[in-house]
Amino acid sequence: MSIPTHLKYTKSHEWIKAESDGTVTIGITQHAQELLGDMVFVELPKIGRTLAQKEECAVVESVKAAADVYSPLAGEVVAVNSELESSPEKINQDPYLAWLFKLKLANAADLESLLDAQGYEKVLESEEH
Amino acid sequence: MLIFEHSRPGRRNYSQSPATKAEKQNIPQNLLRKSPMLLPEVSEMDAVRHYTRLSQKNFSIDTEFYPLGSCTMKYNPRACNALAMLPQFLARHPLAPENTGQGFLACMYELQEILKDVTGMAGVSLTPMAGAQGELIGVMMIRAYHEAHGDKNRTEIIIPDAAHGTNPATAVMCGYKVVEIATDKEGNVDMAALKAAVGPQTAGLMLTNPSTLGVFEENIAEMSRIVHEAGGLLYYDGANLNAVLGKVKPGDMGFDVIHINLHKTFSTPHGGGGPGAAPVGVAERLLPFLPVPMVTQEKGIYRWLTEKDFPQTIGRLSAHMGNAGVLLRAYVYVRLLGAEGMNRVSEHAALNANYLMAELRRAGFEIAFPTRRASHEFIVTLKDIKEKTGVTAMNLAKRLLDKGYHAPTTYFPILIPECLLIEPAETESKETLDAFVAAMKEILLEIEQQPDLVKTAPHNMPSRKLDDVKAARELDLSWKPN
Repeated sequence: MSIPTHLKYTKSHEWIKAESDGTVTIGITQHAQELLGDMVFVELPKIGRTLAQKEECAVVESVKAAADVYSPLAGEVVAVNSELESSPEKINQDPYLAWLFKLKLANAADLESLLDAQGYEKVLESEEH
Repeated sequence: MLIFEHSRPGRRNYSQSPATKAEKQNIPQNLLRKSPMLLPEVSEMDAVRHYTRLSQKNFSIDTEFYPLGSCTMKYNPRACNALAMLPQFLARHPLAPENTGQGFLACMYELQEILKDVTGMAGVSLTPMAGAQGELIGVMMIRAYHEAHGDKNRTEIIIPDAAHGTNPATAVMCGYKVVEIATDKEGNVDMAALKAAVGPQTAGLMLTNPSTLGVFEENIAEMSRIVHEAGGLLYYDGANLNAVLGKVKPGDMGFDVIHINLHKTFSTPHGGGGPGAAPVGVAERLLPFLPVPMVTQEKGIYRWLTEKDFPQTIGRLSAHMGNAGVLLRAYVYVRLLGAEGMNRVSEHAALNANYLMAELRRAGFEIAFPTRRASHEFIVTLKDIKEKTGVTAMNLAKRLLDKGYHAPTTYFPILIPECLLIEPAETESKETLDAFVAAMKEILLEIEQQPDLVKTAPHNMPSRKLDDVKAARELDLSWKPN
C-alpha cells in the first residue's frame, strides 16, 4: 500500500496536510478506510470548536463499525467537508482526497511531532504482527 | 414480501371482525382521524400463510445450532415457560396486595438470594429490564456512591479495549469520560496501561471477565487492588457469567457491582430485542443505592422493599417488578439446576468451547489466542485466509447459513481482524459440535477449490446476499403504497 510522502500521520490513522495558509487539513488513511469498509455515516465537528490534541472530534461509521476520529493536534476547527455527510462513500473512493476538517493550529511547531510516511509505515507493520 | 403487499382493497377477514362498530365516546373532534388507517386488507388464510411462512424462515435456537459468540444462545427449557405461565402468575395484578401475592413474592425473594449467592454480592435488585439498563444502573450507583461521599472529582471510567461496546456507551450516558486501556498479546488487560490510567480522577473500572476475547483475566486480583487503592470501584459486566458459574464469584474477585444477563446465563428467551432482564448485584457499600422494588422476608411473610426502606435508592426502573415473567423463568431455571447443576453449566460451557476450538484448529483454522484455554467462547481469525484468497469472515459466516448453522459473531471484538467469535454454549451435544466442525471443514475446502462459491454465499437461503451498504445509507423503515 503506498503512503503519500507529503503528508503527516498519527498512530490512530489520521493524515495531516500542512496548507500554505498556515492551516492543516485532516482525514483518515487508506489503511483506516480499508479496515472499516463501506462508510455509511460521517459526523463532523462544529466550525469554531477548539480541540485539544487527541480529543475525539468526529465519527466515521461503516457497515462494520463506528470509529472515533481524534484531533491530531490542538487547534480551532476552521472548515469541515460537509459534502461527506451526504456522500460518505467518498472516503472509500479516495481517503486522501476526502478530507474531514481543517484546523488552525494552536502551535504550528506541533506539526513536527507527528509521524512522517516512513514512521507511519512502521506503525502499520507493527500492527500486522 | 410484506403483509401490505398481499393487500387487496375490500378483502376482509369477516369471521374475526368485530360484530359491531365501536362507539366513539367523548373524543374531541380535533383528535379524530380524518382518513382511514393504512392497514393491510387480507383474508384470514392470507394472514395465516404469511406469518407461518415468516416463522419458517426463522433461524432460531429451537431449530438450529446458534454459536453466536458473546450472546450465549443456549436452549431455553420448556419447563421454565410452562411454570412461569401458570394461570396464577399470568392473572396476578402487579398492584395486588402483598398478602394475595405471597407465592410470586417468594419466587422473587429466592431468586434475589440465589443470585446473591452465585455472584458473591451483598444485595441484588431484579428490576432492570435489559442488559443495557442493568449496566446503566450499575454505573449510576457508582456515581451516586461517589457523590454521597462528596467525591466530585472522579470523572473517568477506565474500560479495556476488549470490552463490550455497551460499556463505554454506558459510562458516557452517566456523564463520565472513558479512558480506554490496551490488551496484551495473551489477551489480558495491559497492567502497565492500567497503572498509568488510574488516579484520583478514576470513578471506576468496567470489566468483563472472562473477557470478550474468551479468556479469563489472569491478573484480576491485582487489578482490583490497583483500582480500589485509587478509590475507584469495580464494575463487572456479567455477560459471560456462564463461563464461571458455580466456580468463582465476581464478589470474591473484588467487584463492587455486577449486572447479570438472565437472558444469557440463566437461559430466559432472547434475541429480537427481548424481553430481557438484567438484575444488578452490589457489594456492601453500594447497598443503599439499589433500585427498588426488591423483596424481603420476615418470619415467612414476604413484602416489597420500597423508597421507604431505601431512601438513597437511585429509583425505579419500571412501573412494577421489571420483566416479571422473565424473572420467573430464570427462577425456575435455577431451581431446576440446583447448586450442583450450576457447576455443570460452566463445566460444559468450557468443555464445549475447548473441544470445538481444538477440533477447528485441527481442521486448519487459525485460533486468535492459541496459547490460552478458552473460557466459554473463542476466536477464529481468517486474516491469512483473506490475504491468500480474498474470502472474508463475513463470506464464511454467510456460507455457514447455507449449511444450516447460524453464523458466529463476526468482526467482534474489533481488536482481531477477520474474526469469528464462537460460543457453542453448554446445552449442545458432541454430535452437534462434530457436525459443525464438518461443515466448517467443507467450507475450508471450498475456499481452496472454489472461493467464488463462498464469496457469493448464501445460495440456499430465502434471500441472497443483501446490499447492507445500500440499506444503511438509504434507511427505509416504513412501507408506503406506490
